[in-house]
Amino acid sequence: MAEENVNNGVNIDALLAAREALKNAPEAAKFTWRASCKWQNGTHSTSTVQGFHGLGDEQRHKTQFSFETDHPEVFASEDHGATPVELVLVGLASCLTAGVATVAQNRGIQLRSVEAKLEGKMNLYGILGIDSDVRNGYDDIKVTFHIDADASKKDIEALVAQSQKRSAVYDIVTNPTNVTVEIV
Amino acid sequence: MIGAGHAGLAISRVLTEHSIDHVVIERGEVANSWRRERWDSLRLLTPNWQSRLPGYAYTGSDPDGFMTMPDVIGHIANFAAVISTPVRTHTAVTSVRRIDDGYRVATDDGEIRCRCVVLASGAANIPRVPQVREAVPEPIECVTPFEYHNPERLPRGGVLVVGASATGVQLADEIHRSGRPVTLAVGEHVRLPRTYRGRDVLWWMEHSGVWSQRYDEVDDLERARGLPSPQLVGTPEHMTLDLNVLQAAGVEIVGRLAAIRDGRALFSGGLRNQFALADLKMQRLLDTFDAWASQTPLDVEAAPAERFEPTRAPASPRLTLDLRSGEIRSVLWATGFRPDYRWLEVPVLDRKGELRHDGGVIVDAPGIYAIGLPVLRRRKSTFILGAEDDARDLVGHLARYLAHGGRTG
Repeated sequence: MAEENVNNGVNIDALLAAREALKNAPEAAKFTWRASCKWQNGTHSTSTVQGFHGLGDEQRHKTQFSFETDHPEVFASEDHGATPVELVLVGLASCLTAGVATVAQNRGIQLRSVEAKLEGKMNLYGILGIDSDVRNGYDDIKVTFHIDADASKKDIEALVAQSQKRSAVYDIVTNPTNVTVEIV
Repeated sequence: MIGAGHAGLAISRVLTEHSIDHVVIERGEVANSWRRERWDSLRLLTPNWQSRLPGYAYTGSDPDGFMTMPDVIGHIANFAAVISTPVRTHTAVTSVRRIDDGYRVATDDGEIRCRCVVLASGAANIPRVPQVREAVPEPIECVTPFEYHNPERLPRGGVLVVGASATGVQLADEIHRSGRPVTLAVGEHVRLPRTYRGRDVLWWMEHSGVWSQRYDEVDDLERARGLPSPQLVGTPEHMTLDLNVLQAAGVEIVGRLAAIRDGRALFSGGLRNQFALADLKMQRLLDTFDAWASQTPLDVEAAPAERFEPTRAPASPRLTLDLRSGEIRSVLWATGFRPDYRWLEVPVLDRKGELRHDGGVIVDAPGIYAIGLPVLRRRKSTFILGAEDDARDLVGHLARYLAHGGRTG
């Protein structure tokens, strides 16, 4: 079968096994993701991720990952890193792309290249408080995929649609989430 | 003068004091909006003793009560009679245009040429309904406060009230009491207790001077002018009507209505922060009252300072609501109002259709003035008792303008 030769680098058997196992272990399926952020100076801060909770236990990435965020010089900042809103685009792009690879593997589609370009439109009247009718965040996000794969255009479209359907970040961006901010 | 509500009549009275010839054009009757554009149970937010106009005070037997709409209409009509205002009722203005020596006001009953025009047609002529209304699925009934009279005219079943202004909380409470389950979508709001330290909270607003704060002293004027009305209700019991009271009664609180997608309403997850902001601002206001009281000899000692329980956040407020499930039968848009200037053919509106003015003086059109808009010249500008100070300032400006032959400066 063609599927057996398909290798997108996704261990689909392990994922499907985990899916089966978690069906009977609802507590193990409850994950908590964490990030820490430390202010540096101005609008520059450094965020790190390492530990998270899942499968009923504390878990760790192999190493600590670190992200610098800042604002560019046109905002009178020092540009030590991406803006937080760009990181949101990064999160969306990488989540959808991971989904494309996983769904392709599951459907026996060999990928040769997957590239995504993202654009988020934002009116600064919101965050600058100039017009209360203008929202702070993106008012429109556009994702453009270029996918080269052994599949028809229709199958690729279905792939991209399914990756949105199963994407955590797509859901986070398109649906509301309760947020609690506390000071300790 | 366009509009014979309390603000227009206050201007008229002060113009008469200055012996300035004028006429008041009124599309309906005196106090027209109070007669036609209010729901049945509405009472004023201000206690009777605060319903004073220039040279005219409340003299009834219940100074601490709150007027019903018939009371308000009687009060304002009586003021109009006392000051013998020249009012042309049932005359609708169709256009105001600039002419060489002033303005030409066209009405459905002839035209008037005048040196000055005062816009007293009100701040709340048209319900402001967000565009998301278009996405409300059939057969849900959409109602604005202008169309709402009492809960019995709504379909039986659940009601989504959008907006937690005075209108929003009052109607949420009344509709909930009628047996219709109410979901209240809450964005930015202004929380106030009805009474504080034994006195009406609006007594504190007036006496502490907060209400007299001028428009050019307010930190963020645009925000102050756009604020929803405070969560107050005028009842014989002097009840507080904040979100804790509504939740205890069984009203479900959700976040700001952000969108309706595929028939599902999506509510903001930022509800806790809206609560925190409103609680902090109320606290700051009460601190202002306390600071003022500690330095002011009061005729009667005020009760000790009070602090109120923070707004209780629902454990997990609903983020989505399926409008096709039948749970919600009607949506009430308590999302504010805006003035109607469609007849104003003078280029004085900004890109959002709002009047550009400096404390009621229309700088781009000398000789035109406005009264009765939010924080026009003071925080109290839209309240009945706020009309007098604004009217005196504006008529002073207008008299100087006329004395200089229609030139400013």
